Amino acid sequence: MECLTLEGNYGNPASRSHLLGWKAEEAVETARRQVADLINADPREIVWTSGATEADNLAIKGVAHFYNKKGKHLVTSKIEHKAVLDSCRQLEREGYEVTYLEPDEKGLISPQAVADVIREDTILVSLMHVNNEIGVVNDIEAIGKITREKKVIFHVDAAQSAGKLDIDLGAMQVDLMSLTAHKIYGPKGVGALYVRRKPRVRIEPQVHGGGHERGMRSGTLATHQIVGMGEAYRIAREEMHEEHERVLALRNRLLDGLKNIEEVYVNGDVEHRVAGNLNISFNFVEGESLMMALRDLALSSGSACTSASLEPSYVLRALGLSDELAHSSLRITVGRFTTEEEIDYAVEKIHEAVAKLRELSPLWDMYKDGVDLDQVQWAAH
Amino acid sequence: MAYSDKVLDHYENPRNVGKFDDEDANVGTGMVGAPACGDVMRLQIKVDDKGVIEDAKFKTYGCGSAIASSSLLTEWVKGRSLTEATEIKNKDIADELGLPPVKIHCSVLAEDAIKAAVADIKSKRDGELE
Ligand SMILES: Cc1ncc(COP(=O)(O)O)c(C=O)c1O
Repeated sequence: MECLTLEGNYGNPASRSHLLGWKAEEAVETARRQVADLINADPREIVWTSGATEADNLAIKGVAHFYNKKGKHLVTSKIEHKAVLDSCRQLEREGYEVTYLEPDEKGLISPQAVADVIREDTILVSLMHVNNEIGVVNDIEAIGKITREKKVIFHVDAAQSAGKLDIDLGAMQVDLMSLTAHKIYGPKGVGALYVRRKPRVRIEPQVHGGGHERGMRSGTLATHQIVGMGEAYRIAREEMHEEHERVLALRNRLLDGLKNIEEVYVNGDVEHRVAGNLNISFNFVEGESLMMALRDLALSSGSACTSASLEPSYVLRALGLSDELAHSSLRITVGRFTTEEEIDYAVEKIHEAVAKLRELSPLWDMYKDGVDLDQVQWAAH
Repeated sequence: MAYSDKVLDHYENPRNVGKFDDEDANVGTGMVGAPACGDVMRLQIKVDDKGVIEDAKFKTYGCGSAIASSSLLTEWVKGRSLTEATEIKNKDIADELGLPPVKIHCSVLAEDAIKAAVADIKSKRDGELE
Protein backbone atom coordinates (compact mmCIF):
# COMPACT_ATOMS: atom_id res chain seq x y z
CA MET A 1 0.00 0.00 0.00
CA GLU A 2 2.81 2.36 0.83
CA CYS A 3 3.85 2.35 -2.81
CA LEU A 4 0.45 3.46 -4.08
CA THR A 5 -0.12 6.67 -2.16
CA LEU A 6 1.41 10.10 -2.65
CA GLU A 7 2.42 10.23 1.01
CA GLY A 8 4.04 6.85 0.52
CA ASN A 9 6.51 5.61 -2.05
CA TYR A 10 4.76 6.70 -5.24
CA GLY A 11 7.73 7.71 -7.42
CA ASN A 12 8.87 6.14 -10.66
CA PRO A 13 11.93 4.00 -9.98
CA ALA A 14 13.37 4.99 -13.38
CA SER A 15 13.27 8.73 -12.52
CA ARG A 16 16.66 9.15 -11.00
CA SER A 17 16.51 12.95 -10.88
CA HIS A 18 14.17 13.39 -7.95
CA LEU A 19 13.76 12.07 -4.45
CA LEU A 20 10.52 10.20 -5.08
CA GLY A 21 12.22 8.32 -7.89
CA TRP A 22 15.20 7.45 -5.72
CA LYS A 23 13.03 6.05 -2.98
CA ALA A 24 11.13 3.92 -5.44
CA GLU A 25 14.36 2.70 -6.98
CA GLU A 26 15.66 1.80 -3.54
CA ALA A 27 12.53 -0.21 -2.79
CA VAL A 28 12.83 -2.06 -6.10
CA GLU A 29 16.50 -2.79 -5.52
CA THR A 30 15.81 -4.12 -2.02
CA ALA A 31 13.24 -6.46 -3.50
CA ARG A 32 15.68 -7.50 -6.22
CA ARG A 33 18.17 -8.47 -3.54
CA GLN A 34 15.50 -10.38 -1.59
CA VAL A 35 14.57 -12.40 -4.67
CA ALA A 36 18.22 -13.03 -5.56
CA ASP A 37 19.01 -14.11 -2.00
CA LEU A 38 16.42 -16.87 -2.01
CA ILE A 39 18.09 -18.56 -4.99
CA ASN A 40 21.67 -17.53 -4.19
CA ALA A 41 22.02 -15.28 -7.21
CA ASP A 42 23.42 -11.81 -7.87
CA PRO A 43 20.71 -9.11 -7.82
CA ARG A 44 21.97 -7.97 -11.23
CA GLU A 45 20.80 -11.31 -12.59
CA ILE A 46 17.15 -10.63 -11.78
CA VAL A 47 14.89 -9.17 -14.50
CA TRP A 48 11.39 -8.21 -13.39
CA THR A 49 8.46 -9.54 -15.40
CA SER A 50 4.70 -9.79 -15.02
CA GLY A 51 4.98 -13.39 -13.83
CA ALA A 52 6.40 -16.78 -14.70
CA THR A 53 4.43 -16.88 -17.95
CA GLU A 54 6.25 -13.83 -19.25
CA ALA A 55 9.55 -15.09 -17.85
CA ASP A 56 9.09 -18.41 -19.71
CA ASN A 57 8.29 -16.55 -22.92
CA LEU A 58 11.25 -14.23 -22.52
CA ALA A 59 13.66 -17.04 -21.73
CA ILE A 60 12.64 -19.41 -24.50
CA LYS A 61 11.94 -16.96 -27.32
CA GLY A 62 14.75 -14.70 -26.11
CA VAL A 63 17.37 -17.46 -26.37
CA ALA A 64 15.96 -18.82 -29.62
CA HIS A 65 15.99 -15.40 -31.28
CA PHE A 66 19.45 -14.49 -29.98
CA TYR A 67 21.22 -17.75 -30.79
CA ASN A 68 19.45 -18.77 -34.01
CA LYS A 69 22.71 -18.52 -35.97
CA LYS A 70 24.11 -21.22 -33.71
CA GLY A 71 21.19 -23.60 -34.12
CA LYS A 72 17.44 -23.92 -34.14
CA HIS A 73 16.82 -26.98 -31.99
CA LEU A 74 15.24 -26.87 -28.53
CA VAL A 75 14.52 -29.57 -25.95
CA THR A 76 11.66 -29.55 -23.46
CA SER A 77 9.18 -32.09 -22.06
CA LYS A 78 5.57 -33.03 -22.64
CA ILE A 79 4.50 -32.05 -19.15
CA GLU A 80 5.73 -28.46 -19.03
CA HIS A 81 3.42 -25.60 -18.19
CA LYS A 82 1.52 -24.17 -21.17
CA ALA A 83 3.65 -21.04 -20.99
CA VAL A 84 6.62 -23.18 -22.03
CA LEU A 85 4.78 -25.49 -24.43
CA ASP A 86 3.02 -22.70 -26.27
CA SER A 87 6.22 -20.65 -26.54
CA CYS A 88 7.82 -23.71 -28.12
CA ARG A 89 4.86 -24.14 -30.47
CA GLN A 90 5.26 -20.54 -31.56
CA LEU A 91 8.95 -21.13 -32.28
CA GLU A 92 8.05 -24.19 -34.34
CA ARG A 93 5.87 -21.93 -36.47
CA GLU A 94 8.93 -19.71 -36.88
CA GLY A 95 10.96 -22.63 -38.21
CA TYR A 96 12.60 -23.99 -35.04
CA GLU A 97 12.59 -27.66 -34.16
CA VAL A 98 11.55 -28.84 -30.69
CA THR A 99 12.04 -32.24 -29.05
CA TYR A 100 9.40 -32.97 -26.40
CA LEU A 101 10.77 -35.52 -23.95
CA GLU A 102 8.41 -38.09 -22.46
CA PRO A 103 8.58 -38.33 -18.68
CA ASP A 104 8.81 -41.77 -17.11
CA GLU A 105 5.67 -43.20 -15.51
CA LYS A 106 6.51 -41.35 -12.31
CA GLY A 107 6.65 -38.02 -14.13
CA LEU A 108 10.41 -37.53 -14.03
CA ILE A 109 12.82 -36.58 -16.81
CA SER A 110 16.06 -38.49 -16.47
CA PRO A 111 19.33 -36.63 -17.05
CA GLN A 112 20.32 -39.38 -19.47
CA ALA A 113 17.21 -38.78 -21.57
CA VAL A 114 18.28 -35.15 -21.90
CA ALA A 115 21.84 -36.09 -22.83
CA ASP A 116 20.53 -38.47 -25.49
CA VAL A 117 18.63 -35.86 -27.47
CA ILE A 118 21.09 -32.96 -27.39
CA ARG A 119 22.50 -32.34 -30.88
CA GLU A 120 25.06 -30.06 -32.50
CA ASP A 121 22.39 -27.48 -33.24
CA THR A 122 20.63 -27.63 -29.84
CA ILE A 123 20.59 -24.17 -28.27
CA LEU A 124 18.25 -24.58 -25.30
CA VAL A 125 16.94 -27.15 -22.84
CA SER A 126 13.86 -25.97 -20.92
CA LEU A 127 12.57 -28.13 -18.07
CA MET A 128 10.55 -27.39 -15.00
CA HIS A 129 11.90 -27.87 -11.50
CA VAL A 130 8.57 -28.87 -9.93
CA ASN A 131 5.53 -29.87 -11.97
CA ASN A 132 2.43 -27.84 -11.20
CA GLU A 133 -0.02 -30.75 -11.38
CA ILE A 134 1.82 -33.66 -9.82
CA GLY A 135 4.52 -31.87 -7.82
CA VAL A 136 7.38 -34.11 -8.93
CA VAL A 137 10.89 -32.69 -8.69
CA ASN A 138 13.38 -33.01 -11.55
CA ASP A 139 17.09 -33.44 -10.83
CA ILE A 140 18.09 -29.99 -11.98
CA GLU A 141 21.62 -30.29 -10.69
CA ALA A 142 22.37 -33.40 -12.74
CA ILE A 143 20.70 -32.03 -15.86
CA GLY A 144 22.62 -28.76 -15.48
CA LYS A 145 25.91 -30.63 -15.50
CA ILE A 146 25.02 -32.18 -18.83
CA THR A 147 23.85 -28.99 -20.49
CA ARG A 148 26.90 -27.05 -19.28
CA GLU A 149 29.23 -29.74 -20.54
CA LYS A 150 27.51 -29.72 -23.92
CA LYS A 151 27.41 -25.91 -23.96
CA VAL A 152 23.64 -25.75 -24.24
CA ILE A 153 21.67 -23.10 -22.36
CA PHE A 154 19.48 -24.47 -19.58
CA HIS A 155 16.21 -22.78 -18.62
CA VAL A 156 14.27 -23.92 -15.57
CA ASP A 157 10.70 -22.96 -14.77
CA ALA A 158 10.85 -22.68 -10.98
CA ALA A 159 7.39 -21.16 -10.49
CA GLN A 160 6.41 -24.10 -8.27
CA SER A 161 9.69 -24.63 -6.44
CA ALA A 162 11.07 -21.25 -5.42
CA GLY A 163 10.48 -20.83 -1.70
CA LYS A 164 9.63 -24.51 -1.32
CA LEU A 165 12.84 -26.30 -2.24
CA ASP A 166 16.41 -25.17 -1.77
CA ILE A 167 17.69 -23.50 -4.91
CA ASP A 168 21.38 -22.63 -5.00
CA LEU A 169 22.34 -21.12 -8.32
CA GLY A 170 25.92 -21.03 -7.12
CA ALA A 171 25.89 -24.81 -7.35
CA MET A 172 23.17 -25.53 -9.93
CA GLN A 173 24.31 -24.92 -13.48
CA VAL A 174 21.13 -23.23 -14.55
CA ASP A 175 21.32 -20.32 -16.97
CA LEU A 176 17.80 -18.95 -16.87
CA MET A 177 15.14 -19.42 -14.22
CA SER A 178 11.50 -18.32 -14.24
CA LEU A 179 10.03 -17.13 -10.96
CA THR A 180 6.65 -15.91 -9.80
CA ALA A 181 5.37 -14.26 -6.64
CA HIS A 182 1.86 -15.62 -6.22
CA LYS A 183 2.79 -19.26 -5.61
CA ILE A 184 4.48 -18.26 -2.38
CA TYR A 185 1.87 -15.88 -1.05
CA GLY A 186 3.09 -12.81 -2.91
CA PRO A 187 0.95 -10.62 -5.19
CA LYS A 188 -0.37 -11.87 -8.52
CA GLY A 189 0.96 -10.39 -11.74
CA VAL A 190 4.62 -10.11 -10.88
CA GLY A 191 7.57 -12.42 -11.39
CA ALA A 192 11.13 -12.44 -12.59
CA LEU A 193 13.58 -14.09 -14.91
CA TYR A 194 17.00 -14.96 -13.56
CA VAL A 195 19.61 -14.43 -16.31
CA ARG A 196 23.08 -15.78 -15.50
CA ARG A 197 26.03 -13.39 -15.78
CA LYS A 198 28.87 -15.92 -15.52
CA PRO A 199 29.03 -17.58 -17.96
CA ARG A 200 27.01 -14.87 -19.57
CA VAL A 201 23.70 -15.70 -21.18
CA ARG A 202 22.17 -13.39 -23.77
CA ILE A 203 18.52 -13.05 -24.66
CA GLU A 204 16.72 -11.06 -27.30
CA PRO A 205 14.16 -8.78 -25.61
CA GLN A 206 10.54 -9.59 -26.36
CA VAL A 207 9.15 -6.27 -25.12
CA HIS A 208 10.86 -3.28 -26.71
CA GLY A 209 10.83 0.25 -25.36
CA GLY A 210 12.66 2.46 -22.90
CA GLY A 211 15.43 0.01 -22.14
CA HIS A 212 14.49 -0.84 -18.54
CA GLU A 213 15.94 -3.94 -16.90
CA ARG A 214 19.20 -3.68 -18.88
CA GLY A 215 17.26 -3.61 -22.10
CA MET A 216 15.89 -7.09 -21.54
CA ARG A 217 12.41 -6.01 -20.53
CA SER A 218 11.23 -2.47 -21.12
CA GLY A 219 8.39 -0.85 -19.24
CA THR A 220 7.94 1.18 -16.08
CA LEU A 221 8.30 -1.14 -13.12
CA ALA A 222 5.29 -1.99 -10.94
CA THR A 223 6.95 -0.86 -7.71
CA HIS A 224 4.12 -2.00 -5.42
CA GLN A 225 4.02 -5.47 -6.99
CA ILE A 226 7.78 -5.85 -6.89
CA VAL A 227 8.00 -4.83 -3.24
CA GLY A 228 5.34 -7.44 -2.49
CA MET A 229 7.31 -10.13 -4.31
CA GLY A 230 10.48 -9.16 -2.45
CA GLU A 231 8.70 -9.46 0.86
CA ALA A 232 7.21 -12.83 -0.05
CA TYR A 233 10.65 -14.10 -1.00
CA ARG A 234 12.18 -12.72 2.18
CA ILE A 235 9.60 -14.50 4.32
CA ALA A 236 9.99 -17.69 2.32
CA ARG A 237 13.74 -17.68 2.90
CA GLU A 238 13.22 -17.36 6.63
CA GLU A 239 10.43 -19.87 6.99
CA MET A 240 10.77 -22.41 4.22
CA HIS A 241 12.61 -25.11 6.12
CA GLU A 242 10.30 -25.08 9.07
CA GLU A 243 7.34 -24.78 6.71
CA HIS A 244 8.56 -27.72 4.65
CA GLU A 245 8.52 -30.03 7.67
CA ARG A 246 5.07 -28.95 8.72
CA VAL A 247 3.55 -29.14 5.23
CA LEU A 248 5.14 -32.53 4.60
CA ALA A 249 3.71 -33.90 7.84
CA LEU A 250 0.25 -32.65 6.84
CA ARG A 251 0.54 -34.09 3.32
CA ASN A 252 1.57 -37.45 4.76
CA ARG A 253 -1.33 -37.31 7.21
CA LEU A 254 -3.63 -36.68 4.26
CA LEU A 255 -2.17 -39.54 2.22
CA ASP A 256 -2.32 -41.89 5.21
CA GLY A 257 -5.96 -40.98 5.63
CA LEU A 258 -6.80 -41.74 2.00
CA LYS A 259 -4.63 -44.65 0.98
CA ASN A 260 -6.79 -47.26 2.66
CA ILE A 261 -9.62 -46.48 0.25
CA GLU A 262 -9.88 -49.21 -2.35
CA GLU A 263 -8.56 -48.51 -5.85
CA VAL A 264 -6.71 -45.26 -5.20
CA TYR A 265 -3.55 -44.35 -7.05
CA VAL A 266 -1.06 -41.58 -6.33
CA ASN A 267 -0.03 -39.91 -9.58
CA GLY A 268 3.65 -39.07 -9.91
CA ASP A 269 6.67 -40.02 -7.84
CA VAL A 270 6.02 -39.90 -4.10
CA GLU A 271 9.62 -39.50 -3.00
CA HIS A 272 10.80 -36.84 -5.47
CA ARG A 273 7.88 -34.60 -4.77
CA VAL A 274 7.31 -31.15 -3.36
CA ALA A 275 5.83 -31.34 0.15
CA GLY A 276 2.53 -29.57 -0.51
CA ASN A 277 1.27 -31.59 -3.47
CA LEU A 278 -0.89 -34.67 -3.57
CA ASN A 279 -2.35 -35.81 -6.88
CA ILE A 280 -4.49 -38.87 -6.50
CA SER A 281 -6.97 -40.81 -8.61
CA PHE A 282 -10.03 -42.50 -7.16
CA ASN A 283 -10.85 -45.13 -9.75
CA PHE A 284 -14.49 -45.29 -10.93
CA VAL A 285 -15.27 -41.83 -9.54
CA GLU A 286 -15.22 -38.90 -11.95
CA GLY A 287 -13.04 -36.04 -10.69
CA GLU A 288 -15.37 -33.14 -11.26
CA SER A 289 -18.24 -34.84 -9.46
CA LEU A 290 -15.88 -35.48 -6.57
CA MET A 291 -14.85 -31.84 -6.49
CA MET A 292 -18.51 -30.92 -6.41
CA ALA A 293 -18.95 -32.95 -3.23
CA LEU A 294 -15.94 -31.18 -1.78
CA ARG A 295 -17.00 -27.67 -2.78
CA ASP A 296 -15.79 -26.16 0.45
CA LEU A 297 -12.24 -27.44 -0.08
CA ALA A 298 -9.85 -25.78 -2.54
CA LEU A 299 -9.04 -28.52 -5.06
CA SER A 300 -8.55 -29.09 -8.73
CA SER A 301 -8.96 -32.10 -10.97
CA GLY A 302 -7.44 -33.55 -14.12
CA SER A 303 -10.96 -34.28 -15.32
CA ALA A 304 -11.96 -32.88 -18.68
CA CYS A 305 -15.05 -31.31 -17.16
CA THR A 306 -12.90 -28.86 -15.26
CA SER A 307 -10.86 -27.79 -18.27
CA ALA A 308 -11.74 -25.39 -21.05
CA SER A 309 -10.55 -27.90 -23.65
CA LEU A 310 -12.77 -30.78 -22.46
CA GLU A 311 -9.70 -33.02 -22.59
CA PRO A 312 -8.33 -34.77 -19.50
CA SER A 313 -5.01 -33.51 -18.13
CA TYR A 314 -2.18 -33.75 -20.68
CA VAL A 315 0.26 -34.17 -17.80
CA LEU A 316 -1.47 -37.27 -16.46
CA ARG A 317 -1.90 -38.67 -19.97
CA ALA A 318 1.84 -38.22 -20.58
CA LEU A 319 2.55 -40.41 -17.53
CA GLY A 320 0.68 -43.16 -19.33
CA LEU A 321 -2.43 -42.95 -17.16
CA SER A 322 -5.59 -44.26 -18.78
CA ASP A 323 -8.18 -41.64 -19.65
CA GLU A 324 -10.35 -43.07 -16.88
CA LEU A 325 -7.76 -42.53 -14.20
CA ALA A 326 -6.98 -39.05 -15.53
CA HIS A 327 -10.69 -38.21 -15.39
CA SER A 328 -10.76 -39.54 -11.84
CA SER A 329 -7.90 -37.45 -10.46
CA LEU A 330 -7.83 -34.84 -7.77
CA ARG A 331 -5.02 -32.45 -6.91
CA ILE A 332 -4.89 -31.42 -3.29
CA THR A 333 -2.50 -28.68 -2.23
CA VAL A 334 -1.29 -28.26 1.33
CA GLY A 335 0.08 -24.83 2.13
CA ARG A 336 1.35 -22.42 4.72
CA PHE A 337 -2.09 -21.84 6.22
CA THR A 338 -3.42 -25.41 6.15
CA THR A 339 -4.20 -26.86 9.57
CA GLU A 340 -4.37 -30.40 10.88
CA GLU A 341 -8.11 -29.97 11.47
CA GLU A 342 -8.57 -29.08 7.82
CA ILE A 343 -6.67 -32.18 6.73
CA ASP A 344 -8.79 -34.41 8.96
CA TYR A 345 -11.95 -32.73 7.70
CA ALA A 346 -10.83 -33.25 4.09
CA VAL A 347 -10.06 -36.93 4.71
CA GLU A 348 -13.49 -37.49 6.22
CA LYS A 349 -15.27 -35.61 3.41
CA ILE A 350 -13.36 -37.44 0.70
CA HIS A 351 -14.16 -40.82 2.22
CA GLU A 352 -17.85 -39.93 2.30
CA ALA A 353 -17.90 -38.51 -1.20
CA VAL A 354 -16.00 -41.42 -2.78
CA ALA A 355 -18.32 -43.93 -1.11
CA LYS A 356 -21.39 -42.03 -2.24
CA LEU A 357 -20.21 -41.56 -5.82
CA ARG A 358 -19.17 -45.19 -6.13
CA GLU A 359 -22.65 -46.16 -5.02
CA LEU A 360 -23.77 -44.13 -8.05
CA SER A 361 -21.15 -45.48 -10.43
CA PRO A 362 -22.02 -48.22 -12.92
CA LEU A 363 -18.28 -48.79 -13.36
CA TRP A 364 -17.88 -49.55 -9.67
CA ASP A 365 -20.77 -52.05 -9.95
CA MET A 366 -19.09 -53.73 -12.87
CA TYR A 367 -15.73 -53.76 -11.15
CA LYS A 368 -17.31 -55.36 -8.10
CA ASP A 369 -19.00 -57.94 -10.35
CA GLY A 370 -15.62 -58.82 -11.80
CA VAL A 371 -16.24 -57.32 -15.24
CA ASP A 372 -13.04 -56.35 -17.08
CA LEU A 373 -13.83 -52.79 -18.14
CA ASP A 374 -11.17 -52.87 -20.85
CA GLN A 375 -13.07 -55.65 -22.60
CA VAL A 376 -16.37 -53.76 -22.74
CA GLN A 377 -17.34 -52.19 -26.07
CA TRP A 378 -17.97 -48.57 -25.16
CA ALA A 379 -19.72 -46.07 -27.37
CA ALA A 380 -17.39 -43.07 -27.29
CA HIS A 381 -19.30 -39.82 -27.70
CA MET B 1 -18.19 -23.46 -12.28
CA ALA B 2 -21.38 -22.38 -10.60
CA TYR B 3 -24.07 -25.00 -10.34
CA SER B 4 -27.78 -24.26 -10.46
CA ASP B 5 -29.90 -25.15 -7.45
CA LYS B 6 -31.61 -27.87 -9.48
CA VAL B 7 -28.30 -29.49 -10.40
CA LEU B 8 -27.20 -29.36 -6.78
CA ASP B 9 -30.47 -30.84 -5.61
CA HIS B 10 -30.30 -33.81 -8.01
CA TYR B 11 -26.62 -34.27 -7.24
CA GLU B 12 -27.12 -34.19 -3.47
CA ASN B 13 -30.29 -36.27 -3.54
CA PRO B 14 -30.24 -38.32 -6.71
CA ARG B 15 -33.60 -39.96 -7.49
CA ASN B 16 -34.00 -43.60 -8.48
CA VAL B 17 -30.44 -44.77 -8.02
CA GLY B 18 -29.99 -48.50 -8.39
CA LYS B 19 -30.22 -51.53 -10.56
CA PHE B 20 -32.92 -53.91 -11.74
CA ASP B 21 -32.19 -57.46 -12.76
CA ASP B 22 -30.91 -57.36 -16.35
CA GLU B 23 -32.52 -60.70 -17.05
CA ASP B 24 -36.04 -59.61 -16.08
CA ALA B 25 -38.20 -59.71 -19.22
CA ASN B 26 -39.85 -56.42 -18.25
CA VAL B 27 -36.58 -54.52 -17.86
CA GLY B 28 -34.82 -52.61 -20.63
CA THR B 29 -31.22 -51.56 -20.06
CA GLY B 30 -29.32 -48.82 -21.86
CA MET B 31 -25.63 -48.34 -21.15
CA VAL B 32 -24.13 -45.37 -22.96
CA GLY B 33 -20.96 -43.29 -22.90
CA ALA B 34 -17.41 -44.44 -22.24
CA PRO B 35 -15.09 -44.24 -19.25
CA ALA B 36 -12.42 -42.69 -21.46
CA CYS B 37 -14.78 -39.79 -22.18
CA GLY B 38 -15.50 -39.34 -18.49
CA ASP B 39 -19.18 -40.26 -18.69
CA VAL B 40 -21.01 -43.59 -18.49
CA MET B 41 -24.72 -43.84 -17.82
CA ARG B 42 -26.75 -46.95 -17.20
CA LEU B 43 -30.49 -46.38 -17.46
CA GLN B 44 -32.96 -49.16 -16.74
CA ILE B 45 -36.70 -49.02 -17.32
CA LYS B 46 -39.35 -51.42 -16.06
CA VAL B 47 -42.17 -51.62 -18.57
CA ASP B 48 -45.68 -52.98 -17.99
CA ASP B 49 -47.72 -55.04 -20.44
CA LYS B 50 -49.26 -51.94 -22.01
CA GLY B 51 -45.83 -50.54 -22.84
CA VAL B 52 -45.85 -47.91 -20.11
CA ILE B 53 -42.70 -47.27 -18.08
CA GLU B 54 -43.67 -47.93 -14.50
CA ASP B 55 -40.28 -47.55 -12.89
CA ALA B 56 -36.74 -46.44 -13.76
CA LYS B 57 -33.30 -46.66 -12.20
CA PHE B 58 -29.89 -45.30 -13.07
CA LYS B 59 -26.26 -45.28 -12.19
CA THR B 60 -23.89 -42.73 -13.69
CA TYR B 61 -20.16 -42.20 -13.69
CA GLY B 62 -19.60 -38.61 -14.71
CA CYS B 63 -19.50 -35.00 -13.66
CA GLY B 64 -22.14 -33.40 -11.47
CA SER B 65 -24.17 -32.31 -14.48
CA ALA B 66 -24.17 -35.85 -15.87
CA ILE B 67 -25.41 -37.23 -12.56
CA ALA B 68 -28.11 -34.58 -12.25
CA SER B 69 -29.34 -35.08 -15.81
CA SER B 70 -29.53 -38.85 -15.31
CA SER B 71 -31.51 -38.42 -12.14
CA LEU B 72 -33.93 -36.01 -13.80
CA LEU B 73 -34.36 -38.36 -16.76
CA THR B 74 -35.53 -41.19 -14.50
CA GLU B 75 -38.18 -38.89 -13.06
CA TRP B 76 -39.36 -37.84 -16.50
CA VAL B 77 -39.65 -41.27 -18.07
CA LYS B 78 -41.85 -42.75 -15.38
CA GLY B 79 -45.46 -43.00 -16.53
CA ARG B 80 -44.60 -42.40 -20.17
CA SER B 81 -45.11 -44.81 -23.04
CA LEU B 82 -42.00 -46.02 -24.82
CA THR B 83 -42.70 -43.67 -27.71
CA GLU B 84 -43.26 -40.69 -25.44
CA ALA B 85 -40.07 -41.46 -23.58
CA THR B 86 -37.96 -41.39 -26.73
CA GLU B 87 -39.25 -37.90 -27.43
CA ILE B 88 -37.26 -36.48 -24.49
CA LYS B 89 -34.52 -34.25 -25.82
CA ASN B 90 -31.13 -33.49 -24.29
CA LYS B 91 -31.93 -29.83 -24.65
CA ASP B 92 -35.07 -30.18 -22.50
CA ILE B 93 -32.98 -31.74 -19.73
CA ALA B 94 -30.29 -29.07 -20.04
CA ASP B 95 -32.90 -26.29 -19.99
CA GLU B 96 -34.65 -27.69 -16.93
CA LEU B 97 -31.33 -27.94 -15.06
CA GLY B 98 -29.98 -24.65 -16.36
CA LEU B 99 -26.88 -26.27 -17.85
CA PRO B 100 -24.64 -24.16 -20.10
CA PRO B 101 -24.57 -25.24 -23.80
CA VAL B 102 -21.05 -26.69 -23.50
CA LYS B 103 -22.36 -29.25 -21.02
CA ILE B 104 -25.10 -30.53 -23.34
CA HIS B 105 -22.61 -32.26 -25.56
CA CYS B 106 -20.36 -33.61 -22.87
CA SER B 107 -22.59 -34.64 -20.05
CA VAL B 108 -26.17 -35.14 -21.15
CA LEU B 109 -26.54 -38.71 -22.29
CA ALA B 110 -30.31 -38.78 -21.88
CA GLU B 111 -31.37 -39.25 -25.50
CA ASP B 112 -28.87 -42.02 -26.15
CA ALA B 113 -29.70 -43.73 -22.88
CA ILE B 114 -33.46 -43.84 -23.30
CA LYS B 115 -33.15 -44.95 -26.94
CA ALA B 116 -30.81 -47.77 -25.92
CA ALA B 117 -33.09 -48.87 -23.07
CA VAL B 118 -36.17 -48.85 -25.30
CA ALA B 119 -34.33 -50.79 -28.01
CA ASP B 120 -33.34 -53.35 -25.41
CA ILE B 121 -36.85 -53.94 -24.09
CA LYS B 122 -38.23 -54.08 -27.64
CA SER B 123 -35.73 -56.68 -28.68
CA LYS B 124 -36.51 -58.73 -25.56
CA ARG B 125 -40.25 -58.59 -26.29
CA ASP B 126 -39.91 -59.26 -30.03
CA GLY B 127 -37.96 -62.29 -29.01
CA GLU B 128 -40.89 -63.51 -26.92
CA LEU B 129 -43.38 -63.15 -29.78
CA GLU B 130 -41.36 -65.35 -32.05
C1 LIG C 1 5.11 -24.32 -13.51
C2 LIG C 1 4.45 -23.01 -13.79
N1 LIG C 1 4.93 -22.19 -14.73
C3 LIG C 1 4.36 -21.02 -15.01
C4 LIG C 1 3.25 -20.58 -14.33
C5 LIG C 1 2.66 -19.26 -14.69
O1 LIG C 1 2.95 -18.32 -13.72
P1 LIG C 1 2.30 -16.88 -13.67
O2 LIG C 1 0.91 -17.09 -13.21
O3 LIG C 1 3.13 -16.12 -12.73
O4 LIG C 1 2.36 -16.31 -15.06
C6 LIG C 1 2.71 -21.40 -13.33
C7 LIG C 1 1.53 -21.05 -12.55
O5 LIG C 1 0.55 -20.53 -12.89
C8 LIG C 1 3.31 -22.63 -13.06
O6 LIG C 1 2.80 -23.46 -12.14
